[in-house]
Amino acid sequence: MNHKVRLSLALSGARDTIPLIIAAMPFGLVFGALAISSGFSATFTMAMSVFVFAGASQFIAISLLASAAAFPVVLITVFIVNLRHLLYSASLMNDMHALAGWAKPILSFWMTDETFAVVTSRRLKYPKSPGLFWYYLGSALFMYLSWQLFTWIGIHAGEQIPDLSKWGLDVAMVVAFVGIVTPLLKTKSHWACALTSAVSAGLTFHWPYQLGFLFSCALAIIVGVTINWKTRPEVQHV
Amino acid sequence: MYEVLLIAGMMALTFGPRYLPFALAGRIQLPPLVTQALEFVPVAVLTAIITQATLYRDGILVINLDNHYLVAALCAFATSLLTRHMFLTILVGLVTYGISLWLG
Repeated sequence: MNHKVRLSLALSGARDTIPLIIAAMPFGLVFGALAISSGFSATFTMAMSVFVFAGASQFIAISLLASAAAFPVVLITVFIVNLRHLLYSASLMNDMHALAGWAKPILSFWMTDETFAVVTSRRLKYPKSPGLFWYYLGSALFMYLSWQLFTWIGIHAGEQIPDLSKWGLDVAMVVAFVGIVTPLLKTKSHWACALTSAVSAGLTFHWPYQLGFLFSCALAIIVGVTINWKTRPEVQHV
Repeated sequence: MYEVLLIAGMMALTFGPRYLPFALAGRIQLPPLVTQALEFVPVAVLTAIITQATLYRDGILVINLDNHYLVAALCAFATSLLTRHMFLTILVGLVTYGISLWLG
């Protein structure tokens, strides 16, 4: 595969990611502004976007830290939130196992909801097509650079307007999460999982170190799996 | 120092789950129960975050129309159920938050 073909694959990966970047844009902005108005430094905020690069985890870490959660609780929560990426990578691994060793960490670091969605639809449209790696790379790189840009803009907005936190910016995070969760509620078990999580998180809010939050997540997952097991006895493969 | 440790920890715990399946590709398969549990992670975690960020204002449970966050979240939820459109959901959420604040 020559350079021209690789480049055009990467460009189409980037192009197909544009709608998702438009949706993620306010997310990055709000993250930067919220971190600054919660008292974190610009360097710390930017470093999180550069080195961690996981929108939901970054938000959660900031809001947990701002509410004085214990260090291990923050890390455990980040880990739990990122477990979904395990699923993403697992579903792509058959297409990627022929890749050179150096390529795998790069793909892994840049795995996001957005790139996974774009690459998966490409993979289903053109099965067994070579060069999926370059398509992925184009999508991921574009996503990464946009995230850095919008974090940076958010940081500066937060610094220019110090009382930005009083504007209720975190409401943008709340409604964005609503927009992510609702389409996931496809079966009875997902609704049960969401309902359990909501009721439990509402009741355990005052538990120390955000332990009620972790408890609610665990309980909701158990409820979801149990109901799924009962209503659909056949084993599902993702 | 605390901040460096935190970022290093977050980086490791983010990269790990993303990398593990690639590293193990072709060697192992996850047990079905684990795959099932993973499938519920986003719903469980995000719903818990939404609930706590919405129902509690300054640490106090507020379930009425004075809670602008609750109004915005419910309107966003309705929009998302009807349209499944991410951008529209955020827009309706922010606009109803603004209206609720202005009326409130």
